[in-house]
Amino acid sequence: MWAFLVTEVMFFGGLFLAYTFLRWKHHDAVVAASGHLDWILGGVNTGVLLVSSLTMAMAVHAAQEGKRKATVNFLILTMILGAVFLGVKAFEYSHKWHDGLFPGFNFHWIENPAYAGGAEMFLFLYFVMTGLHGLHMVVGIGLVAWIIKRANRGDFTPEYNIPVEITGLYWHFVDIVWIFLYPLLYLIQPPHH
Amino acid sequence: METASTISTTTAPTTMPGAANGVFEMPKVTYLNAQEGIKSWLLTGDHKRIAILYLISISVFFALGGVFASLIRIELLTPGPELDAEMYNRAFTAHGIIMVFMFLIPAIPAVLGNFLLPIMIGARDLAFPKVNLLSWYLYIIGGALTMSAMVIGGVDTGWTFYTPYSTTYSQSYVFLTGLGIFIMGFSSITTGLNFVITTHKMRAPGMTWSRLPLFVWSQYATSLVMLLGTPVIAITVVLLAAERVFGVGIFNPNLGGDPVLFQHLFWFYSHPAVYIMILPAMGVISELIAAFSRRRVFGYSFVAFSSLAIAIFGFLVWGHHLFVSGQSAYAGIIFSILSFIVAIPSAVKVFNWTTTLYKGSISYETPMLYALAFIGLFAIGGLTGLFCAALGLDVHITDTYFIIAHFHYVMVGSTVIAYLGGIHYWWPKMTGRGYPEFWGKLSALLIYVGFNLTFFPQFILGYLGMPRRYHVYPPEYQVLNILSTAGASVLAVGFMMPVFYLLWSLKYGPITGPNPWGAKGLEWETASPPPTFNFDATPIVTEEAYAYDAEADEAAYQAALQQGKR
Repeated sequence: MWAFLVTEVMFFGGLFLAYTFLRWKHHDAVVAASGHLDWILGGVNTGVLLVSSLTMAMAVHAAQEGKRKATVNFLILTMILGAVFLGVKAFEYSHKWHDGLFPGFNFHWIENPAYAGGAEMFLFLYFVMTGLHGLHMVVGIGLVAWIIKRANRGDFTPEYNIPVEITGLYWHFVDIVWIFLYPLLYLIQPPHH
Repeated sequence: METASTISTTTAPTTMPGAANGVFEMPKVTYLNAQEGIKSWLLTGDHKRIAILYLISISVFFALGGVFASLIRIELLTPGPELDAEMYNRAFTAHGIIMVFMFLIPAIPAVLGNFLLPIMIGARDLAFPKVNLLSWYLYIIGGALTMSAMVIGGVDTGWTFYTPYSTTYSQSYVFLTGLGIFIMGFSSITTGLNFVITTHKMRAPGMTWSRLPLFVWSQYATSLVMLLGTPVIAITVVLLAAERVFGVGIFNPNLGGDPVLFQHLFWFYSHPAVYIMILPAMGVISELIAAFSRRRVFGYSFVAFSSLAIAIFGFLVWGHHLFVSGQSAYAGIIFSILSFIVAIPSAVKVFNWTTTLYKGSISYETPMLYALAFIGLFAIGGLTGLFCAALGLDVHITDTYFIIAHFHYVMVGSTVIAYLGGIHYWWPKMTGRGYPEFWGKLSALLIYVGFNLTFFPQFILGYLGMPRRYHVYPPEYQVLNILSTAGASVLAVGFMMPVFYLLWSLKYGPITGPNPWGAKGLEWETASPPPTFNFDATPIVTEEAYAYDAEADEAAYQAALQQGKR
């Protein structure tokens, strides 16, 4: 699993490189475009994910102790929190579409036209990075659902609980990716509004 | 030095695979016949069967890539246009994409590595058999998508997909091809993941890291590169595809983007990918040299760690593809130095192989011919690589046939040669039958001659200034181009011959028994072909890798000569 996570780091790494380049080359446009992201909603989501990591860790702990019921409950909680995150994200996405900030198909930059190109690229990267992250969340929720089923069946014991642990690792990884994405995308300048 | 063409050991009555026909019988239950029917193959978890699936599919793709190569060489026979420019662009793009992504990258890891890695470390299978099967399906799906793009019209960007041509201007099927490559990338990642975990977790008792065959070391290093590099090309292809669809312009200077960013991302994978191709080949050569000179590989730990060194330094040299792309002079100098440094571990290997030959009891069967060819051709390919790594000279030879010749010496002259050598060496293990030695040697010779005739003139062409990727050229280049096309024809015959005699040997080849070469290594201690779970009982390893005794073997051979038994 660790080897797989290294692969994932490299996968996101390419995007972070593109981001670094963009921010260096179009600094002002990136700042302007970042202002359109809702840092409060992003912050709420950060909180949701952090709590979900806590519940995940509790689930892994419970599985190691052999507490089947606690494992299942914590896993269900994790899943709900994951779904809340995705719900907020979907709300944000639809908002961007309404505001004409969706690159390629529905993009209308009404502010300083000099920033239009850089802003579109920034929002493009925003959608690719958070979209990819969201995809990982969906996979994560699927994994947790599978683990819940197995835990209910009584598959896990204090001796054998590796699937819970590696699902936990994956969940934490996806969480950490968000911890990087949130400040890089949302918190570029101190919010004025 | 002896001039003997055969050697004798106590374990093998002869080195000719199957010359001892009648002595051995085919084992009754093998991985090949343990289950029957197409379904048992398509749903198999057996690493050996998956290797065979890969062998078949890779051979088909190699043939397809070869067809496009023939088109290129026919076009270049004369200075004028036979194909129009569009068609020629599609032909060399198809050749590059097929050969790189569908043949060279998976060839040795997915065929020989899949088959041998678990057996060599004494395991029953890879760590995740189902993931292994998944990797084959990903490969086939990705390959089919890419091939369908070729069928409906092809791609004209070159295998490097440089932006902004590929994102903005090309009218060809870039998206579909990219999707195929993206999917095949995951096939590569899953294979690498499986190899790393298997090597860590599933070694037989006594199989310490310092006893691993060097083939396993090289596969391990390769897998690390696959794990670290492939995701970067995957995300690059995603950005490329998204940019084509959304037209955002991250790589497009007109919209404020930067095409060189694409080149950085692309070569961050694609240069290490060169090491995905060459490292496993080096592993094969270590096995062949040891087996046919009956000596432990000289400087075992240096050879093992040079694989890791190549894997690590390989990640730090991608900028040498961008010397003329407008990267800063300082970056150029550093990448140049690092590119020279990566030559050191490669040279360590070459010197250690040649030193292994010294005082060995050498015999010249087909696999050994390939191994010796490899050393010579790789030396040329590697040393001309240093020409390209030198900043000033590279400006002169960038995008000329010199580059083409250089990387074909590495990719064909080294990787394909090692792959064929490995296929011949382990063919008796995979099938239980030997191939005809005469035809094997003849085809090795044809490939060697044909290869050099094809590509050596291209060094000169490139140095004289003939640029790559043009379908027409000035008439003064024609003589060398004719030589090259003639060589390609010889090469094609050489490549086709093994198809026939290896298929022939499946039915008529002599039965070889478990260890036709008298070689060391766990793979030779089980039946040929091996049973489904490789060993009847888990082997216990008590000795170093390559515990050969060249002097004893030589003495036994001389004694047999004197008694008139030879």
